[in-house]
Amino acid sequence: MKSCLVRFLRDPQHSAPRLSPGEWQMLVRQARRSNLLSRMAHLVETFDLLSFVPEHLQSHLLSAQLVSLSNLRSVKWEILQIYTALSEVGIPFALLKGAAYVMSERDAFQGRLFGDIDILVRNEQLKEAEKALIKHGWFCTKIDPYDQKYYRTWMHELPPLKHLKRQTDLDVHHTILPPTADAKPDINKIWEQVIELKDYPGMYVLSLQDMILHSAAHLFHEGDFEQGLRDVVDLDALLREYSLESGDAWADLLTRAKTLHLSRSLYYGLRYARMLLKTPVPGELTGNMSAEAEPLYCSRYLMDKMLLKAMMPNCIGQRTRLLGLARFILFIRSHYLRMPMQLLIPHLLRKAIKQEN
Amino acid sequence: MLLSSIPLRKLKQQLAGDGINLKIGPFVVNLSSSLPNVAENLSGLYGAYTLEDIHRVDFHIALQSPSLIRRWIRPQATFSFDGYLPFKPLPQTQSFAMFEWGLNWCVANNAHQYLVIHSAVVEKNGKAIIFPGTPGSGKSTLCAGLVSQGWRLLSDEMALLSTETGLITPIPRPISLKNESIDIVRSFANDDIFVGKPVHDTAKGSVAHMCAPMSSVARSDEPAVPAAIIFPKYRKDTSIELLPLSKGRTFLELAENSFNYHILGSTAFSVLTALLDQCECFRLNYQNLDDAYATLGNLIDA
Repeated sequence: MKSCLVRFLRDPQHSAPRLSPGEWQMLVRQARRSNLLSRMAHLVETFDLLSFVPEHLQSHLLSAQLVSLSNLRSVKWEILQIYTALSEVGIPFALLKGAAYVMSERDAFQGRLFGDIDILVRNEQLKEAEKALIKHGWFCTKIDPYDQKYYRTWMHELPPLKHLKRQTDLDVHHTILPPTADAKPDINKIWEQVIELKDYPGMYVLSLQDMILHSAAHLFHEGDFEQGLRDVVDLDALLREYSLESGDAWADLLTRAKTLHLSRSLYYGLRYARMLLKTPVPGELTGNMSAEAEPLYCSRYLMDKMLLKAMMPNCIGQRTRLLGLARFILFIRSHYLRMPMQLLIPHLLRKAIKQEN
Repeated sequence: MLLSSIPLRKLKQQLAGDGINLKIGPFVVNLSSSLPNVAENLSGLYGAYTLEDIHRVDFHIALQSPSLIRRWIRPQATFSFDGYLPFKPLPQTQSFAMFEWGLNWCVANNAHQYLVIHSAVVEKNGKAIIFPGTPGSGKSTLCAGLVSQGWRLLSDEMALLSTETGLITPIPRPISLKNESIDIVRSFANDDIFVGKPVHDTAKGSVAHMCAPMSSVARSDEPAVPAAIIFPKYRKDTSIELLPLSKGRTFLELAENSFNYHILGSTAFSVLTALLDQCECFRLNYQNLDDAYATLGNLIDA
């Protein structure tokens, strides 16, 4: 919790004037290591804090901003290419995560770096969508027959695709969590509330509520906590936007989570966004959640210990062995959540042996 | 304070602890390492560089062993930048070359206040020549040859073109010489030029580093005005040729040789067009350093 980066992200205006030159340097390093340097630069610009930044670090912020702008240009271009490929054969699809934040202009996209693009396609159109994408130059990266079978049988997405010329990555999902996972959100209910993008008939994004729930579910079902803090920053930005909505918005969010069987994910999402980044979520909200949402005291205690550790920026000013252990346990947990034991154990054994070779 | 003023034993201690903060061109690099030979290489090649305040660091770099085992059995070295490892480990004998390559990577990926072009840059009489180069073109050999005869070294590896002023910021560093060029430069250069011991069997063959001249290092804060862009080509079977090159062609080749053209976008386009407006452009085919030295000397004096 002592990380300069976390303190800055919580409240840039309050923390910037109080940072020493050494802390600024640490902040830049931690932000870079967590893929958040361009987000930090965006916050510095938004709140007009550049005058507090030591001179030699200003060019690092500028550089990060330029990288994120060029990243943004290419992600927009990439989305249009996907749109061309799929609209040609009349397949509707929804953008997920980063790509969706960009096209719906959510604050979360500002200063964000994008890796692969994620899209959602209806299960019955998956084969056809894959064919259309292959025709436009995307190809399958995992050609090992085991990996192919693993993705196609147990996962909620096709094996990752890569574009032959541009080398960009594309994940095509047919639902938001693996079908083997305990929580089984009904994907039809998500399709019912998608929002069509202006000027792009057939291209959709999730509703803000569902974006929040997906972001929370993603955070606690994925095994990759290198990106953990970045994911919490996404969730924080979405929740801050959501907090501006009128009426019984928070109660609606809880109801929606219940409908999609994502109450537990939302519980943790709200809890850690608030604990880490002081996201303005009503305090009584998590208290109001049903027994289904709230974990047992002991498992909550363990999650607190591990998650807050695993979210910290890597290796800089932190004890790394505990960080590694926490991330490893969370990695195992994420797989456990995705698959029942009789599938998980053979899968992990196989992966471990393959890595040795 | 200069690096050379620290005794070797103390340098080793500092490297194994918080590291040293070395000013290299416009950047301050914090280097830490407990690997053998890093201190020796540093004091041999970076003695004339100044040490900086700990809060002014741009890049924190560590050269370490990947694991305890790899410290003793077939020793390896890793390069890390803020705890991130962009490369696979290399044999420990190449740890210093790895530092040089890794620092190039840091600059190319994190210093977009410049348009960074893969090229050597030297200067004489206030006129800088940019030698963009594909590997094997002989740009380092040519650069080392000129520098050993008193030209100022701005960089052996990258032209840092300021996006604001269009001037070239120097980043003089050891020149990396490969294979035959090690001996070619040794025989051409004056005796006071220091060329380190070659490391064999790297991805680029045998590599040796030639020290950047003290006078060039001392002028690290003095930007230079670009005057010519010359694509060198070392050829065994040709007499010296300096052929004019069209600006359009030069533009395309420079864009191709830029590390961050795609990141700067339209800014890169403006910087390059402004550069071409003030530069003469040539292709240079050369067979030996004496001819090239004479031809380029004439060009600069004209």
